[in-house]
Amino acid sequence: MKFTDEHEWLVRDGDVATVGITEHATVQLGDLVFVELPKVGTALQKSNPAAVVESVKAASDVFAPLDGEVVEINDAVVADPSLVNSDPLGKGWLYKMKLKSPADFDSLMDADAYKLLIG
Amino acid sequence: MTYTTTHTLKRTPLYDLHVTHGARMVPFAGYDMPVQYAPGILKEHLHTRASAGLCDVSHMGQFALRAKSGRLADAALALERLVPIDVLGLDPGRQRYALFTNAEGGILDDLMVANLGDHLFIVVNAACKEADEAHLRAALSDVCDLERLDRALIALQGPQAEAALARLAAPCRDMRFMDAREIAILGADCVVTRSGYTGEDGYEISVPRDRAHDIATALLEDPAVALIGLGARDSLRLEAGMCLYGADLDPTTTPVDADLSWAIQAVRRRGGARAGGFPGCDVILPQIESGSLRVRAGFLPDGRAPVRAGSLVYDSEDATSAIGIVTSGGFGPSVDRPIAMGTVPVSMAMPGTALFADVRGRRMAMTVTALPFVAPKYKRRDRR
Repeated sequence: MKFTDEHEWLVRDGDVATVGITEHATVQLGDLVFVELPKVGTALQKSNPAAVVESVKAASDVFAPLDGEVVEINDAVVADPSLVNSDPLGKGWLYKMKLKSPADFDSLMDADAYKLLIG
Repeated sequence: MTYTTTHTLKRTPLYDLHVTHGARMVPFAGYDMPVQYAPGILKEHLHTRASAGLCDVSHMGQFALRAKSGRLADAALALERLVPIDVLGLDPGRQRYALFTNAEGGILDDLMVANLGDHLFIVVNAACKEADEAHLRAALSDVCDLERLDRALIALQGPQAEAALARLAAPCRDMRFMDAREIAILGADCVVTRSGYTGEDGYEISVPRDRAHDIATALLEDPAVALIGLGARDSLRLEAGMCLYGADLDPTTTPVDADLSWAIQAVRRRGGARAGGFPGCDVILPQIESGSLRVRAGFLPDGRAPVRAGSLVYDSEDATSAIGIVTSGGFGPSVDRPIAMGTVPVSMAMPGTALFADVRGRRMAMTVTALPFVAPKYKRRDRR
């Protein structure tokens, strides 16, 4: 599992990565009440907004961790945003993307580096 | 997500209590304030409507206004120079919602005024309190002495608030909505009002700074009472259809624009015994009769996406010019759906009107609805 400094996580299976937000992010955001995911087929650019998660108080962008194309979205979190809070690294995944250059995955932070970032 | 802390932020007397209880502190109106605790805004909000929520609002400004003559009526008449409210007619032991207006009829702040017998007790918004104090001193110092009260303010709101407070101070049980009394709590001289900003029954309790921690802790010993942060206070406020100064109210919004004409009693309106005599009366009083061009309205967005403050409002899906703006918006935990308020032309403020709001470049359908979103549960006096 890799991480970004915007508090996304991703897991790679071949050239497809599953993307979600970290537990640290969900704690900071609080209970989510709305999740907006990109449509399948959307071209994502690294560091550009890919999805939106909203708590009672505020809307927050979820940024694309790498370049690629959305190949699957998690309809379950759209129907029940609380899944992201209760199981951020599991059932609360957001979308899967086909990576433009799968090798870039390895350049992302590992768990130790991410733990250091969030203190 | 970045976090900044600055040592210049002020702290309320309950700061240590917040930190001990795991609050997430955020800067608000110059204070380091709890936006939420571990349970989060959603649960804190629902707990308040089901049981009782305790919220530190000590950042708000509190004042005592006394007439130099010693006669309360002189202080009331003096304050009437600044607000379109019947202050003289406010009975001892009663509180009322009020507005400071400017010469253009706009709103400088909204406030609560209570008649405590020998003085008026005034509570104003945190962000406006310095300006309000200067405004009061400049206008009223000929007749009145204004004392800034360096006290804590604790809001206790929800259906279990009465039982929780009555355990410490039995007379609070006999109070009714908008009653105000000086009551000793744990031996401390407190001012208790049966009011709040959530739509629930409850109290706001002004306490000496050095006793705030004891009193809050004693209230929290009741298992029905839980701490709630400013996040829940805001979502409770929005569901109750109440205005937030700086969002729904500002110096360019008149009381009529804000649908607050109810706050202006007949005695201060045209034909009343003390009609006018407040800043902007020549704008506001005719407007009460003729109506304004725009008015505050409630919106129910279709679907689940919250429509936030600042979203432009359109009368059709493809209209190019906005007809209004959302001034407060978010998710209502008790109604379990997005809710919003905003300002639109009077012709489009009728409940049932179909409108659209821009959310991230898309037009989201919404319907104008009567306010509030959640019916108030005040314990009113019996009407005679």
